[in-house]
Amino acid sequence: MARLGHEATSYAPPLEMPEMELVHPKTFIGKYVFSQDAKVIAIQYFITATSIGLVALVLSILIRLQLGFPGTFSFLDPSSYLQHVTMHGMIMVVYLLTALLLGAFGNYLIPLMCGARDMVFPWLNMLSYWTYLTAVLILVASFFVPGGPTGAGWTLYPPQAITPGTPGYDWGIILMLVSLAVFIAGFTMGGLNYVVTILQARTRGMTLMRLPLTIWGIFMATVLALLAFPALLVAALMMLMDMLAGTSFFMPTMIALGEQTGYEDGSPLLFQHLFWFFGHPEVYIVALPAFGIVSDILATHARRNIFGYRMMVWALIAIGGLSFVVWAHHMYVSGMNPYFGFLFATTTLIIAVPTALKVYNWVLTLWKGNIQLTVPMLFAIGFIFTFVNGGLSGLFLGNVTVDVPLADTYFVVGHFHMVMAVAPIMVIFGAIYHWYPKVTGRMMNDTLGKWHFWITFIGTYGIYYPMHYIGLAGVPRRYYAYGETGFIPDSVISLNAAITIAAIVVALAQLLFFYNMFHSYFRGREAGPNPWNATTLEWQTEHTPPHHGNFGRELPVVYRWAYDYGVPGARHDFIPQNVSPDDVETLPEGQEVPAR
Amino acid sequence: MTVTLIFLALLLGTFLTWIVRQSLNVRPWASADGPSVNESDSLPPAATPARVGLAVFLAAVTSLFALSISAYTMRMELSGDWIPLAPPPLLWLNTLLLVVGSVGLQRAWDGARRNRLAQVRSGLKLGGAATVAFIVGQLFVWMQLQAAGHHLVTNPATAFFYLITALHAVHLLGGLIAWVRAMVLASRGESMRDIHVSAELCALYWHFLLLLWFILFGMLLVT
Amino acid sequence: MVIALVIVLLVFGTLAFHFLSPWYLTPLASNWGAIDSTILITFIVCGIVFVIVNLFMAWSIVRYRYDANRRSDYDPENQKLEIWLTGITTIGIAALLAPGLVVWGAFVSVPDDADQVEVVGQQWHWSFRFPGEDGEFGRIDPALISNDNPFGMDPDDPAGQDDVLVQAPTVLLPVDRPVKTVLRSKDILHNFKVANFRAKMDLLPGQTSYMWLTPTREGDYDVVCAQLCGIGHFAMRGTVRVVSQEEFDEWLANQPTFAELQAREPPDLAAGEAHYRTCVACHGADGHGNEALNAPSIAGIGAWSTERQLRNFRTGARGTHDDDVYGAQMRPFATLLADDDAIRDVAAYIETLTPARPEVTVAGDATRGQRLYRTCANCHGASGEGNEAVNGPPLAGLQDWYHLTQLENFRAGIRGRHAQDLYGNQMVDMAQMLVDERTMRDVVAYINTLRPDTLTVDGDDTDTDTTLARRAD
Repeated sequence: MARLGHEATSYAPPLEMPEMELVHPKTFIGKYVFSQDAKVIAIQYFITATSIGLVALVLSILIRLQLGFPGTFSFLDPSSYLQHVTMHGMIMVVYLLTALLLGAFGNYLIPLMCGARDMVFPWLNMLSYWTYLTAVLILVASFFVPGGPTGAGWTLYPPQAITPGTPGYDWGIILMLVSLAVFIAGFTMGGLNYVVTILQARTRGMTLMRLPLTIWGIFMATVLALLAFPALLVAALMMLMDMLAGTSFFMPTMIALGEQTGYEDGSPLLFQHLFWFFGHPEVYIVALPAFGIVSDILATHARRNIFGYRMMVWALIAIGGLSFVVWAHHMYVSGMNPYFGFLFATTTLIIAVPTALKVYNWVLTLWKGNIQLTVPMLFAIGFIFTFVNGGLSGLFLGNVTVDVPLADTYFVVGHFHMVMAVAPIMVIFGAIYHWYPKVTGRMMNDTLGKWHFWITFIGTYGIYYPMHYIGLAGVPRRYYAYGETGFIPDSVISLNAAITIAAIVVALAQLLFFYNMFHSYFRGREAGPNPWNATTLEWQTEHTPPHHGNFGRELPVVYRWAYDYGVPGARHDFIPQNVSPDDVETLPEGQEVPAR
Repeated sequence: MTVTLIFLALLLGTFLTWIVRQSLNVRPWASADGPSVNESDSLPPAATPARVGLAVFLAAVTSLFALSISAYTMRMELSGDWIPLAPPPLLWLNTLLLVVGSVGLQRAWDGARRNRLAQVRSGLKLGGAATVAFIVGQLFVWMQLQAAGHHLVTNPATAFFYLITALHAVHLLGGLIAWVRAMVLASRGESMRDIHVSAELCALYWHFLLLLWFILFGMLLVT
Repeated sequence: MVIALVIVLLVFGTLAFHFLSPWYLTPLASNWGAIDSTILITFIVCGIVFVIVNLFMAWSIVRYRYDANRRSDYDPENQKLEIWLTGITTIGIAALLAPGLVVWGAFVSVPDDADQVEVVGQQWHWSFRFPGEDGEFGRIDPALISNDNPFGMDPDDPAGQDDVLVQAPTVLLPVDRPVKTVLRSKDILHNFKVANFRAKMDLLPGQTSYMWLTPTREGDYDVVCAQLCGIGHFAMRGTVRVVSQEEFDEWLANQPTFAELQAREPPDLAAGEAHYRTCVACHGADGHGNEALNAPSIAGIGAWSTERQLRNFRTGARGTHDDDVYGAQMRPFATLLADDDAIRDVAAYIETLTPARPEVTVAGDATRGQRLYRTCANCHGASGEGNEAVNGPPLAGLQDWYHLTQLENFRAGIRGRHAQDLYGNQMVDMAQMLVDERTMRDVVAYINTLRPDTLTVDGDDTDTDTTLARRAD
C-alpha cells in the first residue's frame, strides 16, 4: 500500500473527539427522522422490522386457522393460503430477523460496546435504513397490487414462481424480487459500517479478543451476509430477466396450464444452488448474532465469566466458514446429482461440532455460576432448551439418508421454526429486556415479563415439538388441506386444531410484551446507568440513555475482557471493562466472599 | 460454484488466519497479557477506515461477480443449448478506454499524493471521460449485437453477456458518483487531505473494476 | 427455581410424547428399512444428548442459584474439558454419519435387474410410462407435449412405439421386484412421495431424476406431491397399487402402447348420433338439458370431458353413492353404451351440438364469487372454458342449478371419492374451500357471468349481469 499523503490515523482514535466532528442536528427531523446517530437508526430499524414482523405474525395465524380448522373460513382459499405462507416466511427470515438482529441490535450495540462515538460512516448508515424502509414498502405494496403478493413459497423456486397460475404472477413476484434487491443494497451499506466500525473504531485497549461475544456474533454474521446476499441478488436479477425479458436462465422447455411457454433448456436447479448458497448462510446470519447476544446475557445474569471465550470465538468463525459449504443439504431430494449427498452430509454434520461446543459452553457458564433468574436470563435459558432441541432435529435433516423421508414434511417445519424462529426470538426478547433499561432509562415490568416468557416458551414448544411427529408420519408441508389419504390419521387434524389454539394464545401473549414496552417507557422504574451490574462498555456511559456521541467527553479505555464476573479478590462481583488494574477495589486481607 | 468456492476459500482463509493469529496466544481474561492501551494490536496504520470500507465493499462485489461467473459456467454445463457468442471486436477498444480511465485516476491519486492540484484535476477529467466513453462504447456493443440478431432471448450465452456487461457497467456508474464527488472537491480546491482520500478511493475502485473487466472479458473470449 | 422444574418436566414430557404419541413412521412397504434404522440411531444419539444437556442445565440452575453471599467460580477456560467434549461429540456425529452414508450408497446405486417406470408430473396430475417389451424408453421432447401427445413422445423413435402409457394417476407395481423410477415433470417442480416407501425425489422439467425401491407389501399406497407446485399442490394425488407379478402383467397388457394410441380410428359421428337417441329424452335433441328432469345441458362440451364422465358412470365411479340421486338416474343410460368406441362416438357427436346460454336461476354475489373463482380458474379456465391439459372440464354453458348440486355433492364427498374417479378426489378437496352454501352460490353466480369464446350462443343475449345484480340484492 502506498504511503499515506495525510497523517496516518493510528489504531487508536484520539481520546477526546471534538464535539464538532459529529453532526448534531437541532431540528426534530434531523434528530429523529434523518438521523445519523446509530442509536436512532437502530430504533428506526427496530420499529420498522417489528411492524412488518407483526404483519407476518398475523399471516401465520391465518395459516394456522386454515390448518387447524379447514373449510371454516371462506377468505382462506388455496391462493391466499400460499400467499400467506410465502410472505410469512420471507418477512420473518429477511425483513424481520435479519433486519432486527443486524440493523437494530447491530446499530445500537456495535458503537457502544466497541467504545466508539458512532458508526464510521454515519451518513451511509442513515441511507441504509431508508433503503431498507423502501424495500419494506415495496414488499407491502405487493399486498395491494392486482393478484396480490407472490405465493411461490419463500424459496421462490422457478419455474413455479414465474409461471402463470401461481398466485402473484401478475405483480407480486416482480415486487418481491425488486424488494429483495433493494434490501440487499441497503444491507450492504449497513454491513460495511458494521464491519469497518468493529475493525477500526474500537477504543483504546479494546483488542479483538476483548470484544464481547455479541460483537463477535454480529461481526461474523455481517461478513457472511456481505458475501452471501450477492447470491440472492444474482438469482433475483436472473429471475427478473426470465420473467420480464423471456430469457431462459432458469426456465426449461415446459408447459404451463397446458400451453407451451417458449422457454428453452434453462436449469431450475441452478436457481436452487444460488438460492441456498445465500439461504444457508442466512440461517447463520440470524443465528450468530443470537449466539453472541445470548452469551453476554448468560454471563451477566449468571454473574460468571463466559466459559471458554476463545473456543466461543473460534466456534463462531468455524461455523461462519463452514456455512458456505453446506448449502446443498437443502437439495438432497431436489434431483441434483445424488452423489453430492455424500459430500454435503459430511460437511453438514461437521458443522454440528462447533455448534455443540457452543451449547456446552453456555451450559458450563451456568455451572458454578451465581444465577439470577431475571427475565433476560429466563429467555436465555429458554433459548438453550429450544436450540438444543432444534439443533438435534437438524442432525436428522442434515444426514442425507435420514432426510429423504423427512424432507418436505412437517418435521422440517418443526425443525426450522424451533432453531431459526423460536430460538432467535427468545434471544431477541431476552436482549430487549436486557438492554431496554439502557435504551430508555427505565426497567421493564418484571411480572409481565415473566408471564410473557412462560406463555411464549411453553406455548412455542407445544406448537413446534408435535410437528416433528406429524412429519415423521409423512404429512407434507405447504398443504392447504389434507383431504383423505390412507396415511394421515384423523388425529392429525385434531392435533392441528390444538396447535392452532396454542399459536393464537402465544400470539396474544405478545400483546403483554408490547404493553410492557410502551407502559414501561413512561411508568417503568428508573433504571440507573447499570442495573444489571454488567461489565461491558454500553453500561458505563455517562448518560442513560446515552447521548449522541455515546461516551460524553472522553472515550473509555479498556483494560480487560468483558467477562470479569466473580474475580477472586475483587470487592465487587464484576469489574467493568474500563476499570484499570490499579483502580480495582480489592478485599481486605483474609476476607473471601463479601456480602454485597 | 467452484469459482465462488475458490474465491471464498481464499478470502475467508486469509481473513480467518489473520483473526486466529490475533487470538491464538492471547489469554483475554488475563488483563496484564493484553497490549498496553496505546499499542495497536491488529490493523496496520495504512488501513484507514475509508480503505478498509472499500476493501470490504470490493469483497462483496467480488462475491457478486464470482457468483455470476459460477452461474455462467453452471448454466453452460447443465444444458446443451449453449451457443458461444463471439465477443464483438469493439470490446477491445472499450477495454483500452477502461485502461485509460484507470491510468487517469491513478494520475489523479499520484497528484494528490504530491499535492499537485492541477494534476489531480486533469487526471480526474481524463479518467471520467474515458469511463463515460467506455460505457457509451458498451452501449454500442449492445446495439451491434442487437443488429446482428443476438437478442437477449436468443441464447443463454447472449443473455449472460448482456447481464454481466450490464452489472459491470452499473458498478462503473456507481463509481462515477464517487468520481463526481472527487471532481467537486478538486474543482472547489478543498483541502488536499479530503481530495486525496476521494481520489484514492476512486483510483483503487477503478483498478479493481479494470481487473474485473479483464477477468470477465477473458471469460467471454475463452468460452 | 420454577424454570429448572419446568425444564425437567419438559424433558420427561418430551420423552413421554415420543413413546406415547400415536404419530410415528407409517408402516414400511419397501426395502428401505435401513432408512428407518438410521432414524432410530439418530433418535437414540440425539435423545441421550437432549436429556443430559438439559438435565445438567436444570441441575446447574438449582445448584448454583443466586446467593448474595457467594461468588461464581472464576475459571475462564478448561481446555482439557473442552477437548474431551469435542472428542465425544465428534464420535457421536460419526456414529450418525457413517450409517447414513452407507445407506445413501445403497440409495444411489440402482440394482442392474431393476424394472423401470417413468413418473411424469404436471399440475396437478400424475401419469406413468413403462418402457414396453424392448425395455427401453422412447425419446421424448418437451416441445412436443400437447393434448394429443401428453407425454411428448417422439413419434419417429422406434423405441417409443411399444412404450406403455398410463394417463391415469394410478399405477400398479409388482411386489418384491426392484424398480427404478425415472422422474420428470412437464411443467414445474413436483415430488413423488409415497410415505410408506420412504424414498422420494423431485421431478424436474427439462431433465430427469431417479430413485429406486423394492415394494415389499401388497396394497394401495397414496402418492402425494411433496414439492410446492401451486394452488393445487395439496390435491395432487395418485395411487401406487402393489400387486402380485401375475396381476401386474395382466394389468400392463391391458394398457395402451404409444403405437396403439396413434393408430386409433377417429370417432364415428353417425354412430354417435344413433347412440344419442337414448339421451334425447332427458337432455333434449339439442342437448340443452331440462331442469325438470335434472338433466344438465351437455351440448358442445369437449369430447374428452364427456367421455370421462360416461366412463365414470359406466364403471360406477360416479352415480353409485347412496346420496347421488340424479347420478343414479344417469347410470343405467351410460351402461347402455356397449364399449369404449360407443362412448367415443357419442361424446364426439355431443361436441358438435351448439350450446345455449343457460337461464339464470341461482342468485349470489358475483363479485365475491369472482374472488373465489380465482382458484377454479387454474383448471377450468378464466372464462370457464375448461382445459383438457389439466383435466378441467368446461363450466360455462352448464346450468347454475347443476353446478350447485355438483358442488354440494363434491363437498360432501357424494361425488368424487370413488377409488376409480381419477380426478374427482381433487375436486372434493377443492370444493371444500367453499365453506357454505352462500359461498357456493356466489361462485355459481360468477360462473353465470362467464362468456368464453368457445360458448357460441344461440339466440338470446339477456343481460345476465343485471339480472344477477338484481337477484343478489
